[in-house]
Amino acid sequence: MIPRSFAKHFYIMLIPGLLWLIFFNLYPMYGVVAAFKEYNPGLGLWRSPWIGLENFKYMFELDDSKIIFRNTVVIAFSKMIGNLIVPLVFALMLNEVKNRLFTRTVQTIVYLPHFLSWVIVGGMMLDIFAYNGPVNSLLSAMGVEPILFLANANAFPALIVGSDIWKEFGFNAIIFFAALTSINPEMYEAAAIDGASQWQRLIKITIPSIMPVAALLATLSLGNILNAGFDQVFTMYNPSVYSTGDIIDTWVYRAGLIDFQHGLATAVGLLKSVVGLVLITVSYTLAYRFANYRIF
Amino acid sequence: MIAERSAASRLLNGLNFVLLIIIMLLCLAPVWYTLSISLSDKAAAAGGQVFLWPKGFTMGSYMKIMEDAQFFRSAWISVQRVVLGAAISFFVILLMSYPLSKTSRDFKPRNVFMWLLIFAMLFNGGLVPWYLTMQSLGLINNIWGLVLGGGLPVFNVILVMNYLRNMPKEMEESALIDGAGPWRILFSICLPLSVPVLATILVFTIVYHWNEFFQALVLMNKSDMYPLQSYIKQVAVVIDPTKMDAEQVKRTAELSNQTLNAAKIFISMLPLLVIYPFLQKYFVKGITLGSVKG
Repeated sequence: MIPRSFAKHFYIMLIPGLLWLIFFNLYPMYGVVAAFKEYNPGLGLWRSPWIGLENFKYMFELDDSKIIFRNTVVIAFSKMIGNLIVPLVFALMLNEVKNRLFTRTVQTIVYLPHFLSWVIVGGMMLDIFAYNGPVNSLLSAMGVEPILFLANANAFPALIVGSDIWKEFGFNAIIFFAALTSINPEMYEAAAIDGASQWQRLIKITIPSIMPVAALLATLSLGNILNAGFDQVFTMYNPSVYSTGDIIDTWVYRAGLIDFQHGLATAVGLLKSVVGLVLITVSYTLAYRFANYRIF
Repeated sequence: MIAERSAASRLLNGLNFVLLIIIMLLCLAPVWYTLSISLSDKAAAAGGQVFLWPKGFTMGSYMKIMEDAQFFRSAWISVQRVVLGAAISFFVILLMSYPLSKTSRDFKPRNVFMWLLIFAMLFNGGLVPWYLTMQSLGLINNIWGLVLGGGLPVFNVILVMNYLRNMPKEMEESALIDGAGPWRILFSICLPLSVPVLATILVFTIVYHWNEFFQALVLMNKSDMYPLQSYIKQVAVVIDPTKMDAEQVKRTAELSNQTLNAAKIFISMLPLLVIYPFLQKYFVKGITLGSVKG
């Protein structure tokens, strides 16, 4: 039992964190009122006139809205699927190798790309998929005309999804490795005594044991359906791929901070945040109901 | 305990092994390729002759960076940002997670604060309100905007808090009996016992501040205040659509700075490659700690 006199010290310990939270997390939330105002930099946020839902109405009339919404969902959904299946298959493959030195080496190397910034990865992709880059050299060796991948609207989403999976699959596999090591080894021993082959053990023991974890991760990732990855798209896109590569976040950046349509950009951003909050709440509730998952 | 392996099983295992080696090499290839380009002759790189080995080996690109004052200025800003950002978040998180690790019986408003934190983690006002806030706080062209602008790292607070909650209660109780106060318990018991999780969040924070590039592009009006990643984004990772016409690409390739840019990219990831062995010791723990029992 903690003495009551501790409480005031607890408050003191919380002060620095709460100040940070108030000024840099909560105070910016107040700024969403710009979505309901005709923002005028001269007047500032407080004295700009209210215009109700005008910004939202305008947003739904814009052709851009449909495009960026579709692009966002397409990219984010493909990433969700890829970032679930590739790490899962990879973890299962590595789990079949019994040489500890080998598995440890592979793990160390595949985790690395996660720690590189999107500027670095974007820069590397630019070189690799450049017109005179190695991928095009390979293609032309096979008799295919070189492609300007980064200016090709058809290729761009695949490039985004592919490079994201390249960067994150190793890191995303960590959780599967943890789940795989917690499978009871007695099951494998019993199966081996009964004459189950390595393949049968994989199908009948390993995969069923790891499915709950995969289902949980799939549920939790639902909240990200509007997060297509701003940093990545921002470093890799250009006007010639806007039709398939422009996402909500990059559009908001250009509308708000380049074209100074503060009200409109805030409205779009706010809608995205609200939908995201609802989705994430639903996915966490589902995860809690069915898997007893709790964040704290 | 492994049953006799059939020929088919041996074949599958061999195939698996080879595939894993290919996957591993694919993870390294882009890094290696960037290094090769940076050490190559300009014309060879532009002609697309470089694959996995530098062509016309030269240190010229690295020599050129030595003369680039802005590169060093940006690197210094990055270092300052990392040190300030890591030190501040470390202490704030340590102080905050101890009271929050108490049950609501021991510290009544605990759950209120927890929900406030969760809300702040899941909802944000968006880019424009954030920018207007930074403006009104006077954090334009100011390194503190980069240090604090990301907001309280709530996820890391939760990580440390969960770790402290899973600590055996008896430790704290015996310290209480010996007459230790809250600060004594925090610094003499919680701090030394949670070194693994604190190292994890320290690593996460350092990587975050080193890699984050977007905030400075927005907050700094002058590019001489950019940290390294923002500087590289601005000068080296540029996709100019006017150069995207196939014929023009060929003509401008000769003039491009591809090798110099590759050298900049490589140097900027060097610090991460150097601390990586240390880093990877801790983050695996951190990730698995994140999936927590209540």
